[in-house]
Amino acid sequence: MTDHSCKLLVIGAGPGGYIAAIRAGQLGIDTIIVERAAPGGTCLNIGCIPSKALIHAAEEFEKARAFADGNPLGISAGAPKLDLSKTVAWKDGIVKTLTTGVSGLLKKAKVKRIEGTAKFLDGKTVRVEGPDGPATIRAENVCIATGSQPVELPFLPFGGDVISSTEALSLSEPPKTLAVIGAGYIGLELGIAFAKLGSKVTIVEMADHVLPLYDKDLTKPVAKHMESLGIDVHLGARAKERVETGVTVETSDGETLTVEADKILVTVGRSPVTESWGREMLVLDMEGRFIRIDDECRTSMNGIFAIGDVTGEPMLAHRAMAQGEMVAEIVADHRRSWDKRAIPAVCFTDPEIVSVGLSPEEARAEGIEIETNLFPFAANGRALTMESSDGFVRAVARKDNHLLVGLQAVGKGVAELSAAFGLALEMGARLEDVAGTIHAHPTQGEAFQEAALRTLGHALHI
Amino acid sequence: MGEHVIKLPDVGEGVAEAELVEWEVKVGDQVLEDQVLAAVMTDKATVEIPAPRDGKVIWLGAEIGDIIAVGSPIVRMEVEGQGNVKPGEELPAEENEPAAEARDGPESPSEPQSPGEAARAKEGAPSDKADFAEPEAARPSPKPAGTGGGASTSTAPQESGTKPAGSGSAAAAADTGLPRAIGEKPLASPAVRRRAQDGGIDLRRVAGSGPAGRITNDDLDTFIAAGGAPAATGGSVRARDMSVEEIKVVGLRRKIAEKMSTSKSRIPHITYVDEVDVTALEDLRAKLNREKSGSKPKLTLLPFLMRAMARAIAEQPQMNSLYDDEAGIVRRYGGMNMGVAAQTDKGLVVPVVRHVEALSIWDCAGELNRLADAAKNGTASREELTGATITITSLGAMGGIVTTPVINHPEVAIVGVNKMRVMPVWQDGQFVPRKMMNLSSSFDHRVIDGWDAAVFIQRIKGLLEAPASIFIED
Repeated sequence: MTDHSCKLLVIGAGPGGYIAAIRAGQLGIDTIIVERAAPGGTCLNIGCIPSKALIHAAEEFEKARAFADGNPLGISAGAPKLDLSKTVAWKDGIVKTLTTGVSGLLKKAKVKRIEGTAKFLDGKTVRVEGPDGPATIRAENVCIATGSQPVELPFLPFGGDVISSTEALSLSEPPKTLAVIGAGYIGLELGIAFAKLGSKVTIVEMADHVLPLYDKDLTKPVAKHMESLGIDVHLGARAKERVETGVTVETSDGETLTVEADKILVTVGRSPVTESWGREMLVLDMEGRFIRIDDECRTSMNGIFAIGDVTGEPMLAHRAMAQGEMVAEIVADHRRSWDKRAIPAVCFTDPEIVSVGLSPEEARAEGIEIETNLFPFAANGRALTMESSDGFVRAVARKDNHLLVGLQAVGKGVAELSAAFGLALEMGARLEDVAGTIHAHPTQGEAFQEAALRTLGHALHI
Repeated sequence: MGEHVIKLPDVGEGVAEAELVEWEVKVGDQVLEDQVLAAVMTDKATVEIPAPRDGKVIWLGAEIGDIIAVGSPIVRMEVEGQGNVKPGEELPAEENEPAAEARDGPESPSEPQSPGEAARAKEGAPSDKADFAEPEAARPSPKPAGTGGGASTSTAPQESGTKPAGSGSAAAAADTGLPRAIGEKPLASPAVRRRAQDGGIDLRRVAGSGPAGRITNDDLDTFIAAGGAPAATGGSVRARDMSVEEIKVVGLRRKIAEKMSTSKSRIPHITYVDEVDVTALEDLRAKLNREKSGSKPKLTLLPFLMRAMARAIAEQPQMNSLYDDEAGIVRRYGGMNMGVAAQTDKGLVVPVVRHVEALSIWDCAGELNRLADAAKNGTASREELTGATITITSLGAMGGIVTTPVINHPEVAIVGVNKMRVMPVWQDGQFVPRKMMNLSSSFDHRVIDGWDAAVFIQRIKGLLEAPASIFIED
């Protein structure tokens, strides 16, 4: 049994936890981070990064297939072949590079890492069971960053051919047929990727449109492209049970049909990891499934902070990172509180969707009088040269002072616009600011400027 | 003899203000022409301010570290012959003269007040720039950095070599901030937000001069210069204390805070006060205390009140209940668990005397003593601090004739005891000295009507005024 004490103990080395630890280390705080698996959490190991690697590979493969198939670009090439196990190995290499990088950063920041499973004994004491034997850590401050895990459907428990996103990212070959239960962003990203890799994909969603958290204007180009990829989508439908050939589905008209599926990917959401680390030893106020926090990420207990997915929506790595940074600085006695304007959200579907701030509906629901308009990529030169005329950029601004309250886009590669969108909102930009900024020609970013211009009523290219 | 006012000269290209870093003289000093009076520092250089002529220093307009706007008066000297202020003359707008603010600032007759501030206060214009709630008119002294704003429009003679003080963007911004609607977030870039957080500045109070009311870095400078810098003090007046101490509201204090805000935000209180003639009760109490056996506790007034309340509650059971306003249910309790508010070193706690309906007056007194001790020593158990169905609060010993007690949510009533005092009471054609005491009580008006509240208190009053009736079994 080893005993440690520290000023800050971080439980969980996902993007929130490792950032908290690194920042705390930079500030000279004596910090320990505990993680039962590799550093980087869901994001680096089984989430954001590996899925983007798979998506990229799928896109390249689809291009190659298009080249073999005849295409307007006049390129012809032989039929491509795919060795998915190699793709997965390549992906694992990227993950390894990044997790090693995180380890290095933690070390550089003089953060002590302890491998194992942490369990609270009381509000200041945590016991770790790990490969190096049990350890007890007494900490002045604890930051809970235990993250989230895929939600399991009781009638379709994970195991065998019923898989979560984790297993989907490590298949040795694309399934011939794949049923995706849940058309949220994870389900669609992976579903589209596997469709491109050659799987026959069927998507089952309870809501009346895919990506139910986004408005239909944004999701329409995605739905359209899915159709062209041959993806079957059952909306207003419920998965019922596993059968030998796949899964039965009750459709919106009440019929039951069987979706053939070698693999069934269940992506119906993620739930916070609030068990198994000794929460019962604490008196933490909860907010639904999540740990309740205030605007300094403090929980109801003194000296205990919580960040990331375990604290609520949106469950996004970059939110956790910003919270982690803030908590480290608060522990270092800086005055900080959560004052972010917007947390960008991106779907790496094809085409991609990015949304920062409020959608027109959300803004109206908040009682804000708005002006909003969009600029289609069909009128953007660069988009046409990349065969990606689908989609648009949309600006949402207050009517009275033209302050931007939301920016959205759907289109190829628009995820990168999140930088410009986020900056515009954080800086408090008005439509005139965006309209008055020279945007390089020819880029898709011009659509951002044009969307602002059009909302002001004087677009130039439409 | 005349008076010569020295203002902060234009100390450099584009400089609107400077920090006073050194005084070379003090009030009462005789100075010679060209003698250095003070040094000020801009972001570019340190500049010495010389005396323009011989004289005696009678007033210093700033303290070291103050940010002074160009054109603000910093020194007044008594000089031979005519100064640059004619005696009896209407004060030039930018200058501060005790005679002038007798009108504008009656609260501070001996202190200079900037006309700019006074004017603003008179117009009733909102002032966003200060971190303090006090009205502008009551501010004892001018703030050199910001106050020139109002003066720049005046026709005051300008000293050669000085700029109008209002030329800085500083002063303008302080006045032009768009008032933000309640709940609207202040608009500022992340860098400005961070700087404000570091400095402990609430950006909601900072006026924004940018488009859409955006708070720029300069706006923050202005705010800090105006609200953060200690003001100049004229001669012997007391310095303003600008310190702010942050005290974390934690532990019991936080609990109290939460409880109180829950109660006050959710319960529409009706407070009812009446006076009780406790002469007879006091006689009885004195007698009982005099004749009690040694082992029995000393009786205060509270046990009598508790027993009287027990009787009154028996007739009006709705007083002894908890209102679950989320479920829309009032739970009337047969048992009377009376919370008795007690002040401890850490703050207010409310130990609970359980089942008063089953206790004798001596039992009540014993329980009160025991719980009061436990509360003071911090040894009261959770059990002993929870479960009340009605509360008594007593500030009696401190004095005070009326209180507006806050109901201990989710209870529906609280009875407050005020100080007993001997009062002349008109009785049988003459004034007689009677021991009078007020009961100040609050009720949850959602479930207790004013009439019922009055009936309840009148019943208690009746019992206390005829104390024998407390003990008579029905």
